[in-house]
Amino acid sequence: MSDRILVATRKGLFSIEPYGTGGARWAISKVDFLADNVSIAMADTRDGCIYAALDHGHFGVKMHRCKADGAWEECATPTYPERPESATDTDAWGKPIPWTTVKIWALETGGPDQPGVLWCGTLPGGLFRSDDGGTSWELVRSLWDRPKRKKWFGGGADLPGIHSICVDPRDARRVQVGISCGGVWETADGGETWDSVGRGMRAAYMPPEQQDDPDIQDPHCLVQCRSGPDRLWVQYHNGIFRSNGGGRIWEEIKEAGPSTFGFAVAVHPEDPDTAWFVPAVNDEKRILLDGKVVVTRTRNGGQSFETLGNGLPQEHAYDPVYRHGIDVDNKGERLAFGSTTGGLWISEDEGDSWQCVSRNLPPVYRVRFA
Amino acid sequence: MVRVVFTPSLQRHIACSPREVEGRTVREALEVAFSGDARARSYVLDDQAALRKHMSIFINGTRIRDRVRLSDAVPDDAEIYNLQALSGG
Repeated sequence: MSDRILVATRKGLFSIEPYGTGGARWAISKVDFLADNVSIAMADTRDGCIYAALDHGHFGVKMHRCKADGAWEECATPTYPERPESATDTDAWGKPIPWTTVKIWALETGGPDQPGVLWCGTLPGGLFRSDDGGTSWELVRSLWDRPKRKKWFGGGADLPGIHSICVDPRDARRVQVGISCGGVWETADGGETWDSVGRGMRAAYMPPEQQDDPDIQDPHCLVQCRSGPDRLWVQYHNGIFRSNGGGRIWEEIKEAGPSTFGFAVAVHPEDPDTAWFVPAVNDEKRILLDGKVVVTRTRNGGQSFETLGNGLPQEHAYDPVYRHGIDVDNKGERLAFGSTTGGLWISEDEGDSWQCVSRNLPPVYRVRFA
Repeated sequence: MVRVVFTPSLQRHIACSPREVEGRTVREALEVAFSGDARARSYVLDDQAALRKHMSIFINGTRIRDRVRLSDAVPDDAEIYNLQALSGG
């Protein structure tokens, strides 16, 4: 099992590790970039590097890398090419889309057979690829230049953004990305060509005749089962969707215990039928139901859900969870999630019970087992 | 010569001492100031070489007007201050 958890927050990157007899308890073991806004962090299991994306506000977005020697260094930040005068892409207010990295919102490694390959999703919607472990980045023009990108729009932000990247464990050339709001896009050739594949999703926030359009969907988070990669789950803006067809066709899960609304989802790496969600009321009331922090779990592909709250606050709790706020370890036994209010909880038994690591962290953006 | 000065808050991230440069506009002065220092440039200018959204530049105490092309004229012996804008928090 993974013994280190990276927690990216509004005010720094926290490492969480077990301590005590048998490692029964967890605590903060290290803080990096204290006071800086860390939008995302990721460990590369192929070479031991850790990456952290910082948003300095005034000074822009910067990518940092920590190699196996433990020293952090600023590496290259994904940077957009010069915006041509002929560009006509505009946001929802008619202003030109800025060709500049506004936020790093997704970061994943390529396959085990692709050393050095990294994928990075950004606002305003550009996907970047590195072939040298973050020393350089290149905008994936084959996706950026697709005319359908002009249909994308922001979800929870002024600009559209790529928040999820799933690299197929069977063939790393096949990559799917989740976009708010632009649906699910897939390449089968390592990024040479892309297709919009999110058919079956339903955008309740659009006029009826446009609700089925795959290019305007708002998947909040997209995850893929490692051992059953044809199964993907999406926590969507107005519900939960499941794909049995490799992400190309989606089915709506209409009942999921207390609510189908939320942002975060994790899938068991060895059991495609098991997934976890952190529900909230709905998009009009982004709070927890009845003031209780709960995780919902399905073990049968979404036919039914359990509501898990053992060890979690069960009264006057106001702790919503962002889309990258929950993660499961590589065996599917440990779970961890962090909240916008600085709570962090860990489960050693697939969510049956939880221990609180902290109630005082900065707002948590990303929880990731290292 | 023009003196280019950077906000102290930038120094926490990257060493960026005052520089004496030649330049008739803000663009010319900054490009000379950042010559050979692309990393420092990226903290002040965005991907399109415009002034970052939450940065401000003053010439002899007056805020510049052209944040995109940085075409404001710079008198001889001027001081160009690169500061963080409070709009960024």
